[in-house]
Amino acid sequence: MVDVLVIGSGGAGMVAALSAKEAGATVMVVGKSYPTRSQTCMAQGGINAAIGESDSVSAHIADTLKSSQGLGDKKAIAKLCEEGIEAVAWLDKIGLPFSRSAESKIAQRRLGGASADRACYAQDYTGLKILHTLYDNCLKNQITFLNEHFLLELITQEDQEVKRVVGAVFKSLKSGELTSIYARSIIMATGGYSRVYDHYSTNATGSSGDGLAVALRAGAILSDMEFVQFHPTGLKNASILISESARGAGGHLLNAHGERFTDELQPRDSLSRAIDVEIQKSGAVFLDIRHLGENFIDHELPQERKLAKLYENVDPVTDVIPIKPVAHYTMGGIAVDDNAESNLEGLFAVGECANHNVHGANRLGGNSLLELVVFGKEAGKQAALSAQAIDDVAENSEVQAEVAYKLEMIKSYTNEIDFYQKRQELGTLFYHFAGITRSEEGLSSALEQVHGMQHELPKMGILDSSDIYNTNLIEFLEFINMLTLAETMLVAMLERRESRGAHAREDFSEKDDLLYAKHSAIILHYQRIEIGYTTMQREGV
Amino acid sequence: MTINIIRNGKKATFKVVQKDETLLQVLTEIKTTQDASLSFASGCRSSVCGSCAMRVNGKEVLACAYKPESGDIIEPLKNVPLVRDLVVDVEKALSFNKVAKAWAVSPEALPSVSPEQAEVNEVQSDCILCGACYSACPVYAVNPEFIGPFALTRNWRYVSDVREADVAGKIDAVQTNGVWDCTLCGECVPVCPQGIAPKSDIDMLRNKSNVLGYMDPKYANFGGGLDFGAPSF
Repeated sequence: MVDVLVIGSGGAGMVAALSAKEAGATVMVVGKSYPTRSQTCMAQGGINAAIGESDSVSAHIADTLKSSQGLGDKKAIAKLCEEGIEAVAWLDKIGLPFSRSAESKIAQRRLGGASADRACYAQDYTGLKILHTLYDNCLKNQITFLNEHFLLELITQEDQEVKRVVGAVFKSLKSGELTSIYARSIIMATGGYSRVYDHYSTNATGSSGDGLAVALRAGAILSDMEFVQFHPTGLKNASILISESARGAGGHLLNAHGERFTDELQPRDSLSRAIDVEIQKSGAVFLDIRHLGENFIDHELPQERKLAKLYENVDPVTDVIPIKPVAHYTMGGIAVDDNAESNLEGLFAVGECANHNVHGANRLGGNSLLELVVFGKEAGKQAALSAQAIDDVAENSEVQAEVAYKLEMIKSYTNEIDFYQKRQELGTLFYHFAGITRSEEGLSSALEQVHGMQHELPKMGILDSSDIYNTNLIEFLEFINMLTLAETMLVAMLERRESRGAHAREDFSEKDDLLYAKHSAIILHYQRIEIGYTTMQREGV
Repeated sequence: MTINIIRNGKKATFKVVQKDETLLQVLTEIKTTQDASLSFASGCRSSVCGSCAMRVNGKEVLACAYKPESGDIIEPLKNVPLVRDLVVDVEKALSFNKVAKAWAVSPEALPSVSPEQAEVNEVQSDCILCGACYSACPVYAVNPEFIGPFALTRNWRYVSDVREADVAGKIDAVQTNGVWDCTLCGECVPVCPQGIAPKSDIDMLRNKSNVLGYMDPKYANFGGGLDFGAPSF
């Protein structure tokens, strides 16, 4: 047994692990991949901190609050922005190779919705370099990693009606074996659920929201599941991200006639809608960075050039880049309090799988990397503290036995229907009916189809019976998790009869503060999804 | 077009329609439409997660950055334990980052860093730990304790950092099974998807080692007779 079990080995998980270790806890980090392969490596633009001379913490707070469209928590946002300065200093200290300005300061650039050059960056590899620097720092601090272990279920115990999470069951990819790991407290850091949109997402294939689905099954509350950020500039064919820094540096958006049609540096929600409308109107939208010059592009945006050439056969130095908005970041997540703890005792959450109410209805570029550092530290500290109060937890082999039984059932599914086909259908369905703009009709029909897929699950199944590195099975389990989350998303989208931030309803195009200045909250009650709302618990908007 | 995949030592041939797609897209298509048991690791699709390194016609590539041609032979990485099909176990290679003490030790007060100083290890810190360099390394092939290319590059990435406070400790960490064991053959250089040249970094580490008083052990016994490091049987 360890003091703190961190599930998910990306940026948030590693910061939390380092923080828990620093607080004196024994720590283990379990991930379904390897630490440096996690989604964090795809973040490009930067990490926000008001360290510039023309910037201030209050401006950072104001920008973040404004972008959150009334669903940001003032106290949490203040913490995010105030501690951002220290977070960036800490990253500098542990060796992050930031790009530097001519004045030998950490280089910063402006991203959408920011009133100053606030995003500290390392070329367009900011997430990658943060992730690797954290990994190196974890090795230095003797953090134990258990890689390639897929989370199946949480283990809970009830004591006088208080439910505490005490462990988790994992499946080793390499051997296929199940393992139960017990801990005095647990931090979920498993990332977001953008892959519900399948090929209409910038995300890595692993962003299937496993941690959220598992937490929901264990009794956790998921909040704001309807809020999904569409990144304005995914590559048209491959949905690969072209960083906001391309626009921050002066890139233009052009329609099919080669004309600019909107403000390129507005927040992502409104810009994605403007692009979507323009694509329908003129047929295509392009990102134009030709005027920035080859030298600048190679120096500041090296990835973008490589990826545009690879996937679209265009060279951004001489050509415009075809783009479309695609699902990029999920604001919804496991509901947590000021201490990063969920409604289940002993279960903490951080990073994209959590909802710290700092992004609200629309996240600002540069705030997610910041969130994982600021709240990763908090979650680690609080989880270590919580662990100190627990003597021992009773091991319960029943959960693993149940999980094993369930897996055998899944393996015996009949395979009349190809789940890969369904996974793709789900993505297409979501992009068109639960995407940039939504309506009652589209959402209801999508929900019906999701229910249909859930019922058809026993007719799906896997074709690979091997125990060794069975990605067919893992992908099916991820698909089951995504179907669960798909339902929660659609229910929350249907119930929110207004437009706010990334949630845009054609049939309710206005913001309705009277009815909806509050967070949706979803629980699983006797296997059924139930939705309620929580008002702003703390001083709100 | 036909794609040949070496699966656990045996060649399997798949027919796919040639489109302008990456090898990873083709493998995904094979898995989702022809053979669900085909195993490979993948992640970001944009060459930053390092999951999908494999060999095509004997050369290491990232599947997500290579466009296949008919007749290509796809194999897993070399010099690392095979798990299944195109999946290998890179834990051992990763463990060398720890041996090489590839992390920052910072002074109390950080010095400021100029853009020129930042550029010194900009490319080295692009490393994605994909393992291509270990697969291509003939020294690692015969000496499983050789610290190896990416860990040595990572050591240099910190040694060359103007903020680093323990250069001596880091240099000391790569003397055994490290910088002197490399033959500077350069096989690691063309296979790096990030354009890193571990060979050059190792050369820099050798110079730094010399400056700090370390010697190539092959010549260290010079006073007691010449030893050219040939293996003795």
